[in-house]
Amino acid sequence: MSTPAPPADVLATERPPAVRRLLGRPEIGALIAAVAVFLVFSAVADSFLRTSSFGTVLYAASTIGIMAVPVSLLMIGGEFDLSAGVLVTTAALTSSMVSYQLTAVTWVGVLVSLLVVLAVSAFNGWMLSRTRLPSFIVTLGTFLMLTGANLGVTKLVTGTVTTKPISDMEGFASCRWLFASEITVGGLTVKATVWWWLGLLLVGSWVLLRTAFGNWIFAVGGDAAAARAVGVPVARTRTVLYLGVGFCAWVLGQHLLFSFDTVQSGEGVGNELIYIVAAVIGGCLITGGYGSVAGSALGALIFGMTSKGIVYAEWNPDWFKFFLGAMLLLAALLNAWVRRRVERGTSR
Amino acid sequence: MTRFPLRPFCAALVLTVALTGCSSTGGRRAEQARERARTAGGAVDTPRWRVAMVTHAGAGDAFWDIVRKGAEQAAAKDNITLLYSNDAQTQNQVQLVQAAIDQRVDGLLVTLAKGDALGPVLAKAKAAGIPVISINSGQEFSARFGALTHIGQDETVAGQAAGATLDARGRKDVLCVIHEQGNVGQEQRCDGARSKFGGQFQTLYVDGVNMPDARAAMSAKLQADPALDTVLTLSAPVAATGLQAIQDARRPVELDTFDLGTQVVAGLQAGTVGFAVDQQPYLQGYEGVDLLWLYRYNLDVLGGGKPVLTGPQVLTKDDAAALAQYVARGTR
Repeated sequence: MSTPAPPADVLATERPPAVRRLLGRPEIGALIAAVAVFLVFSAVADSFLRTSSFGTVLYAASTIGIMAVPVSLLMIGGEFDLSAGVLVTTAALTSSMVSYQLTAVTWVGVLVSLLVVLAVSAFNGWMLSRTRLPSFIVTLGTFLMLTGANLGVTKLVTGTVTTKPISDMEGFASCRWLFASEITVGGLTVKATVWWWLGLLLVGSWVLLRTAFGNWIFAVGGDAAAARAVGVPVARTRTVLYLGVGFCAWVLGQHLLFSFDTVQSGEGVGNELIYIVAAVIGGCLITGGYGSVAGSALGALIFGMTSKGIVYAEWNPDWFKFFLGAMLLLAALLNAWVRRRVERGTSR
Repeated sequence: MTRFPLRPFCAALVLTVALTGCSSTGGRRAEQARERARTAGGAVDTPRWRVAMVTHAGAGDAFWDIVRKGAEQAAAKDNITLLYSNDAQTQNQVQLVQAAIDQRVDGLLVTLAKGDALGPVLAKAKAAGIPVISINSGQEFSARFGALTHIGQDETVAGQAAGATLDARGRKDVLCVIHEQGNVGQEQRCDGARSKFGGQFQTLYVDGVNMPDARAAMSAKLQADPALDTVLTLSAPVAATGLQAIQDARRPVELDTFDLGTQVVAGLQAGTVGFAVDQQPYLQGYEGVDLLWLYRYNLDVLGGGKPVLTGPQVLTKDDAAALAQYVARGTR
């Protein structure tokens, strides 16, 4: 890209004042927005501040946040994945149908599903580096094929659009414990997805900020040609990022399956944009090379608070998408403004 | 010389124009007045209860707008605050039901199109002491999930009514158009019609969210199969598209449909639509709220544990004129 943002380590070595360092974080705009959204709904909705409501909001945020982690990494690496939404459904469908049709322990379906989803992601990455087509096009193709395959294969195998219930099969209980259990502490019900989300956030952040691979992601997203020139394995980096998307889609897909028992084959369409929105609200630059994983969590949290807050506030849900769009624009503007101020500050 | 009283004259003129300029009947002001009269407190003096209604409707769906209107008008009458929310995706609908439970609503209306997925969260509603009524779809899950009753249409029964009517109208070769491949309710409608119909019966899958494509698919089928004399559609928007496809095919083909809409009623009046099988969506929302009120007020449960059917009502040209005004205001 023509004007890459200053990488985090440059800011760190110059040791600017603490406030400026804080403002230099990509997720600062999202943090301000999240606090604002929280305050608004706390003020207008009595039931929003209840502990049980907090559990519901956290669950809604986690189902987006799990996918926003790899999607934000991929965006920092300069690519999109439009197939991320239906890939989740593919993961759930594969797992369910393999287990049921083979009358296997559900763990078999879970593992086969992981392989299938990783294969789709590897295909995305391979296709991208082989053809040099924009990832928008490549994953749009995958998105359409998966949407059709989800419906077609399910109809072919089960004769209907939904999978058969598998809750009476062996292994279901342990799978459910891993992917869809919940614990209640003092009225706050925390679902398994929240733990998965936190774990993936920590791993994603650590990889991005503390490993050589993290530097590669920034380099590839900032300027792929320059990165290649200094010896960064560009194609491999991108493929690994796609595999990350696949892995997280698998996690979320298993959650859907073991929490709802049956899966509808037409689901998941449109969610890929929600993951991208969460990443953008969280400070990821749509052109790549800049962003953070923690920001994606704030983006998901804003999403969860808004979508459920509108319900708690008893507002007309017809306007939900409007609020969401306004939020997205505001967050993006805030991010751009903060970044410009920081850049001006460091160049002085 | 007396000066002409210019200022008072102008003021009087402006006032006169302003007064005569406004219509004393109709218009937005009359609509607002009606609205105020309608919502000015409930007709009952029970406490202000809150009922949540969570459906699997997609955004901006005409059918669901009618269901919601029914629910809103019953809520206004029953002194109930109606909290409406909807999401076509299973996990989001479950989250919305959970949100309603968190809000400790006094009653819950829910559609069970996603079947099994809503079982666990409805168990939580039961544990929280929230009475639940299921509406529209999911009759087979309703009692199992602890709902008081189910209000809707049995799709197989509705299909059978359509099949019998097709037979009575002397149709010979029918094309049943499914616009959501794999939608269980739609399959039941076609299968029900097939079971009560004596002539030739085929099904065609079209893409219900891509109307130009659906139109092309239907007209192609009509051109390819000259024996077809009837098209049976399963929703009002597809019925309108089906009429266009019949025009494209330039053949005297009868269109019959499930569900009502402005174009369907106009077609009934004009004779291009033979009959419409209505499930009365307004009733589903209205009765849902009203029955929850009756339960809270008087522990009444309608239906004796059996589903309360809102359809099928077979409507023909004879009904069209009377129906038109209700369709136009969006409650039929």
